Amino acid sequence: MTALTTAVRGEPAPVPRATLGSHVRDYLGRVRGGDIGALPAVLGLVVLCTVFSVMRPVFLSTGNFANLLTQGAPVTVIAMGLIFVLLIGEIDLSAGFASGVCASVLAILLTTYQVPWFVSVPVAVGVGTVIGLVLGFLVAKVGIPSFVVTLAAFLGFQGAVLLLLKEGTIVRVSDNVIIAIANKNMPPLFGWLLALVTIGGFALVQLVRWALRTNRGLIADPLAVVLGRVGLVTVLVGASVYLLNLERSRNPQFASLKGVPYVVPIILVLLLACTFVLGRTAYGRYLYAIGGNVEAARRAGIPVDRIRISAFMICSSLAAIGGIIAASKAASVDPNTGGSNVLLYAVAAGVIGGTSLFGGKGRALDAVLGGAVIAVIINGTNLLQLSSSLKFISTGAVLLLAAGVDALSRRRAAATGHG
Amino acid sequence: MSAPLLDLRGIDKSFGPVQVLRDVAFAVHPGEVTALVGDNGAGKSTLVKCVSGIYTADAGEFFFDGQQVTIHNPRDAAALGIEIVYQDLALCDNLDVVQNMFLGRERRRGLILDESTMERLAAETLAGLAVRTVSSVRQHVSRLSGGQRQTVAIAKAVLWNSRLVILDEPTAALGVAQTAQVLELVRRMADNGLAVVLISHNMNDVFAVSDRIAALYLGRMVAQVKTTDVTHAQVVELITSGRSGELGLRAEGSAFDEYDLNGAEE
Repeated sequence: MTALTTAVRGEPAPVPRATLGSHVRDYLGRVRGGDIGALPAVLGLVVLCTVFSVMRPVFLSTGNFANLLTQGAPVTVIAMGLIFVLLIGEIDLSAGFASGVCASVLAILLTTYQVPWFVSVPVAVGVGTVIGLVLGFLVAKVGIPSFVVTLAAFLGFQGAVLLLLKEGTIVRVSDNVIIAIANKNMPPLFGWLLALVTIGGFALVQLVRWALRTNRGLIADPLAVVLGRVGLVTVLVGASVYLLNLERSRNPQFASLKGVPYVVPIILVLLLACTFVLGRTAYGRYLYAIGGNVEAARRAGIPVDRIRISAFMICSSLAAIGGIIAASKAASVDPNTGGSNVLLYAVAAGVIGGTSLFGGKGRALDAVLGGAVIAVIINGTNLLQLSSSLKFISTGAVLLLAAGVDALSRRRAAATGHG
Repeated sequence: MSAPLLDLRGIDKSFGPVQVLRDVAFAVHPGEVTALVGDNGAGKSTLVKCVSGIYTADAGEFFFDGQQVTIHNPRDAAALGIEIVYQDLALCDNLDVVQNMFLGRERRRGLILDESTMERLAAETLAGLAVRTVSSVRQHVSRLSGGQRQTVAIAKAVLWNSRLVILDEPTAALGVAQTAQVLELVRRMADNGLAVVLISHNMNDVFAVSDRIAALYLGRMVAQVKTTDVTHAQVVELITSGRSGELGLRAEGSAFDEYDLNGAEE
């Protein structure tokens, strides 16, 4: 690390304090300028939930709420991985079937070879990492466009899944730990503990950052906004845990069903880890830089090729975790695991959440917000008992809509000089 | 007169059969703005890329601060304190001013980026350059005007322990007021003791800020003179024909023979 020149330093003018009013004005200005962030996801959630609950009141039941979480989990986790690849301006069309390959590996290890879960899971995730390494190498070092590499891999992995599953058998998964991921719930007390840790941790991070920045005279959000954010998280987390801790079994004497599904803390941990990596480390900064301007990144001495490869590795590894959750949910792996719409759903989740297909813009939280929208769509269309044809058409329309919003907001941003 | 900070002697550079630089000598002094002028294809960019380590010169000697050095890659150049502000800016639109200024050389505490230190240093550097046009160091670069972007790019180069800053056409895309601001910034860097190289096609800019002018003509350094010793017209002549009266290449015969021997046959 080189020292700074002493010759060219001065006392900066004090930073004007942001007020609630200026913060709101800034935000509205950004939205008008095309930087709409997670707005489509939030609006979409509100509209879809209203429509579905009016048409099918059962949509609002606590049982269905828990269903939503476990149904949306695989897509959300795959989308979280995709965000790393989307950030550098690439795409991974094979993430869905990569998750299928990893889930197949897991199921075969668990069921055919009786390997314990704590060995099978790392092996399955490792297979994902290696897949990402190969894809990333072909994109970064050989120079094949990621679209083509991953389209080829999309077909190849589909074949690989068939090969692993002996041309279409269904491998059952009966390991208790794996089954528990998407089918079992935490005891209610643990659920409240989780809520406490989540809210407390979030509040601590937000307030400490605000206090430090204010003390050092740096640009900070107004306190009201910080407190509002903490309040919102408190209400959302508290309400969710409360609802999930209610009894949702139709026959509680026979089998009680309550608590937060185990998949929720898994997604929380992944969200936390990805947010930390993207927002607080130099590695994350480099991903954004490569997505924003590859040439600038290269001139700044960033090892562009290595970072690209690593983004694909993270993407495929998270896809593997998504595949494991899907295997847990279905208690089996078949040639369709990770297939059909999974990839499109995952891409749509990222884009609806506010991640740009053009690179350089996105957050891990986008995957969760967009994943929620997708889960609501899957769940709602199932409840409405739409035909397959209509489901395909509606999913395609949603993806197109999300990509259209992304493209238009980007054009608007370019026209108004926002970014 | 101070000793030169950067002193190049006998630099040759060819791309296949095309010799782009021939026996170029080039000196840059601390506390001065040296304008590097020449027509398109004269070899300005190639010379700068040799200094910055993007290209390696085929022959010649590099002296930096009196020491002979070798520059094989951009990291060598950066280690010596040579910073280059490219014509196309090399900023990331999707990052803010602080993030751009520290790109690739982030301050960290352990794993975590040290945002507050970076933000403070960026603000201090901008203040030291008397930059008042950038209102918030946390706004995205995409929201800045051309002049502000150029300012950020220059401040980025000054932020490091840089001793030599090379600016490639910093005013080419700017309006009148913004050009004046950037030139003022260039002058202030030299007044702060940095050695500054200004590549420019604009004679007004060159005469407004430079202390010395170095003219390249078809890959040869034809003159290095004090700005006060030459006129506007003389510099234009040096750029277009390689000589102007006593300055520049000698009469046709001898000069060309000499260079032909050094050149294509090798």
